[in-house]
Amino acid sequence: MSILKEEFPVEAMDFVTAGEASAQIKRLLKKLGVDAGVIRRLSIACYEAEINLVIHSDGGKLVLEVDSNEVTLISEDVGPGIPDIDLAMTEGYSTASEDVRMMGFGAGMGLANMARNADRFDISSKVGEGTTIKMYFSL
Amino acid sequence: MKLGQIMKLLDARAISDTVDEELEIQCACASDMMSDVLAFPKEHMILLTGLVNPQVMRTCDMLDIRAVVFTRGKLPSAEALRMANEEGISVLATENTQYIASGKLYAGGMDNGTKG
Repeated sequence: MSILKEEFPVEAMDFVTAGEASAQIKRLLKKLGVDAGVIRRLSIACYEAEINLVIHSDGGKLVLEVDSNEVTLISEDVGPGIPDIDLAMTEGYSTASEDVRMMGFGAGMGLANMARNADRFDISSKVGEGTTIKMYFSL
Repeated sequence: MKLGQIMKLLDARAISDTVDEELEIQCACASDMMSDVLAFPKEHMILLTGLVNPQVMRTCDMLDIRAVVFTRGKLPSAEALRMANEEGISVLATENTQYIASGKLYAGGMDNGTKG
């Protein structure tokens, strides 16, 4: 049974507000009394997803769903999509611009780090349409 | 190692409204790439960085990092400092370069929290 479902829009290339959705999600989970270790892993994965939405997509959203035994975090965007997911999952591979790197991101660690922190990780992408990432965290 | 001791080792000054000198720090991470910081999170970690934008504080918030040292005389942007004060993150600044600051902490017994 779903305890909570909430959507957080994320704007492309908005570095001022980047991370605000993740901060809100972290506070929400704390309020719900979710285990601190789960919150930590989810916060990292969520922030990575949010940064990816900001730097790679044309805009998207994060969807948080909490039920009694699992937290689900979905990142959905409209954008260029990922032509080669295996390559994109390789640590160190990045298509981020120099401007993004100057902001401290785009080291090519994001997707792999999301997968590492989630209990289950699914990614699907269509070139020219967008990318959906689903991450599951057991409670 | 307490944050107060780190301040002495690095000859660092307080930048945030409050600095918790009693804060216990177990390991340190030096990086300008927040992507890398996010990939190697440790508990009770201090961050040494030359990146001054608000994403530094956002990264700290996500990883529960309670103390940051800006190296090479750099100072956080006004927005970054505002966020640090709001989150109660202790912010320090040192004239030492990232390399020298890291060396001083390492020589002082600070771990990096990983092997190698």
